[in-house]
Amino acid sequence: MSEVTLRQWLLSDAPTSRRHARLASLYKGWLSFRSNTMAMFGLGILVFLLLVAAFAPLLAPYDPFAQSLSNRLQPIGVEGHLLGTDSLGRDILSRLIYGSRITLYIVALVALIAPVAGLLVGTVAGYVGGWTDTILMRITDIFLAFPRLVLALAFVAALGAGIENAVLAISLTAWPPYARIARAETLTIRSSDYISAIRLQGAGALRIITKHIWPLCVSSLIVRVTLDMAGIILAAAGLGFLGLGAQPPSPEWGAMISEGRRFILDHWWVATVPGLAIFTVSLAFNLLGDGLRDVLDPKDSGQ
Amino acid sequence: MNMLEVENLWVKFPTRQGIFDAVRGVSFTLGKERLGIVGESGSGKSMTGRAILQLIRPPGIVEADYIKLEGQNLLDFSEPQMREVRGQRISMVMQDPKFSLNPVMTVGEQIMEAYLLHNNTSKAQARAKSIAMLEAVSIRDPERVMRAYPHEVSGGMGQRIMIAMMLIPDPQILIADEPTSALDVSVQRQVLDIMDALVKERGMGLIFISHDLNLVSEFCDRVLIMYAGRVVEVCDADKLHEASHPYTRGLLNSLPRLDQPRKHLEVLQRDPKWSEAPSVGGHS
Amino acid sequence: MSMIEIGNLDVWFGDGHDRVDAVRQASFSVAEGESFGLVGESGSGKSTILRAITGLAPTWSGQITIEGETLTGKARTRKFYKNVQMVFQDPYASLHPRHSVDQVLGETLHLHGFKDIDARVVKLLDDVGLGGRFRFRYPHQLSGGQRQRVAIARALAGEPDILLLDEPTSALDVSVQAEILNLLTDLRDERKLTYVMVSHDLAVVGHMCDRLAVMKDGEIVEVMSVDALRKMEASHPYSQALLKASIAA
Repeated sequence: MSEVTLRQWLLSDAPTSRRHARLASLYKGWLSFRSNTMAMFGLGILVFLLLVAAFAPLLAPYDPFAQSLSNRLQPIGVEGHLLGTDSLGRDILSRLIYGSRITLYIVALVALIAPVAGLLVGTVAGYVGGWTDTILMRITDIFLAFPRLVLALAFVAALGAGIENAVLAISLTAWPPYARIARAETLTIRSSDYISAIRLQGAGALRIITKHIWPLCVSSLIVRVTLDMAGIILAAAGLGFLGLGAQPPSPEWGAMISEGRRFILDHWWVATVPGLAIFTVSLAFNLLGDGLRDVLDPKDSGQ
Repeated sequence: MNMLEVENLWVKFPTRQGIFDAVRGVSFTLGKERLGIVGESGSGKSMTGRAILQLIRPPGIVEADYIKLEGQNLLDFSEPQMREVRGQRISMVMQDPKFSLNPVMTVGEQIMEAYLLHNNTSKAQARAKSIAMLEAVSIRDPERVMRAYPHEVSGGMGQRIMIAMMLIPDPQILIADEPTSALDVSVQRQVLDIMDALVKERGMGLIFISHDLNLVSEFCDRVLIMYAGRVVEVCDADKLHEASHPYTRGLLNSLPRLDQPRKHLEVLQRDPKWSEAPSVGGHS
Repeated sequence: MSMIEIGNLDVWFGDGHDRVDAVRQASFSVAEGESFGLVGESGSGKSTILRAITGLAPTWSGQITIEGETLTGKARTRKFYKNVQMVFQDPYASLHPRHSVDQVLGETLHLHGFKDIDARVVKLLDDVGLGGRFRFRYPHQLSGGQRQRVAIARALAGEPDILLLDEPTSALDVSVQAEILNLLTDLRDERKLTYVMVSHDLAVVGHMCDRLAVMKDGEIVEVMSVDALRKMEASHPYSQALLKASIAA
């Protein structure tokens, strides 16, 4: 074993244990992901964002809430304030750094709620079929028939403004497309021979859905979620912008743009800098999604 | 007179583990004859057919000393020139007609389009010609088939339509890649008979790629047997059953036979030497 | 006692105008330890009979009796799944692309209620001639023949009496076909299995089976012994034509 390098061990075509097999297939996925430069770029940005969020107190030069009215609306590059200050004299860089936490929080929550709900509804509808399918899919259609932001607005208006409610509202409007995808995938998977085979072993619907259909649907959902992430960040920012998401003085990026809007002509950086941050993170998610699609899509893997 | 000469053809695919050679130094010539290429999956037989028409997609690489079509080296041709060759001079029939016909156009539209692409005539004339074509491939009710969509015709009918379409530009060479393996035995025979008659009538050269030894031995004049990207043996089709290479013998013996019942079938013992030995030249 | 009794079996898809009769009035019986072949061209309904037996076909009428138990509808008991197993045509489609061989066999054994799963997985792989090296591979790391061996191992996991073989070798090369057919012959001897084999290839059925039924357009046109087939004693014109086409090819 000693002369076998780790790399050879990982690339082995004949794994010797369960753990080996899993690590080997992960490593192969990583290799094909790594060969996609743009996706690596996206991943790099997101890792950077994670680190920034994790070490925000260490990185931020100022308290994001500390006001200094004598120092308000300083331009970019002013000494002590790299990205300038906003209308209340708060350091924009510090607010941006702390805001990354809120952005990640929103993204993580929505990514947990919406696809899982969609996966549940879609696979159950697709596998069980009949009346269950009809009812679940009509509900999905009703949700799909509303413009997303309008529906989210309605929810937030009903639940009250705030970041948690914004997340909830976005999730509620985001799940139907996932349900549709999951159902479509389930319909093709359901009639395949390997599902017939496991049915012939006496497996019940619950086992088939969770152990056999989910693993195949999940990959395309992950891809779809990363591609939608940009939209989710923008929706959160939109709600913040409209004053229905994060409440001031929270340094949420959308809310920051909203605040900067009043000075956009004379002091453009106040709105532009958080805008650029949203743009960068959205782009990163899109690039990552593209790369993941190449790695995860079951239709292409294994060839 | 050789219509097609292939010398030292290689098809390579770069992979993570290094370069994979799908076809390794294959040489053969084709006259006005029916040349069979047999082999198992992965033997490189389909790749050979595709490489001639330069249908190997990147990252695949085609290398050869030359691929000459009536003296012209196809390797020197530009892509537009190759497109002309593909349509006019060498045609290809694929395995499954379902994937070769456009599902949203009627059969008639597709045949007429193919005809109008190659001939500068009126629509009415294209139509008449298309119907004649369908009749030539023994389709009984060509008018009805013209109006049908691909999903409305059976597999055998679909394959005959494909052959009709491929023959419209009057090519010199037809490459048929497993044209009958998706079909039932009884329909197989009809399709083969039609191909046979057309090839004879028009004096075409036919490259017939198949995994079915019996079919090839019966239908072709000459056979190349491929293994691991190389030609291991060349023989006259009617003498295939006297083939000498252990691989060919092994393949023949592993077939179950109604007239020779036995408890166990012979299992092919693969010899690594087969894949290392140089290709046998398939020149006639 | 006969293992399988099929009487006046009708199988259809759809309803009303869209109704397609896949199988009409099919009757045959298979004795214990026998190997029975169903031969016909695509669309003749031969695979549909297997699907009706296993509960994978939606609607059927008539009588299906397996080991003395009469079946109804689509639901099958746990005992049925233990006794009757199926091997599918396309080994590329019958294994879950994300499950390793170990997972496939392990889950099957778990479903059949075995406790000594590890030992049994190793034994099963040995029985189908694969060996432990293949245990943790994924389907894309296996060749077609190896996949079909895994599918056979999965079918054998519950130690069934009856194996339904749906064109088990038609997607494989002839040299691999020989290996798989030999494996099936040996397994039948060792485990006293009863086979029902569906195939479009008369030579394969002739090699594997004792008796066969010839199907055309959903109907069984003839049931005969393989000996009669070898002597070219088919009586129905369609079987004769099929036989002629197979001999010629």
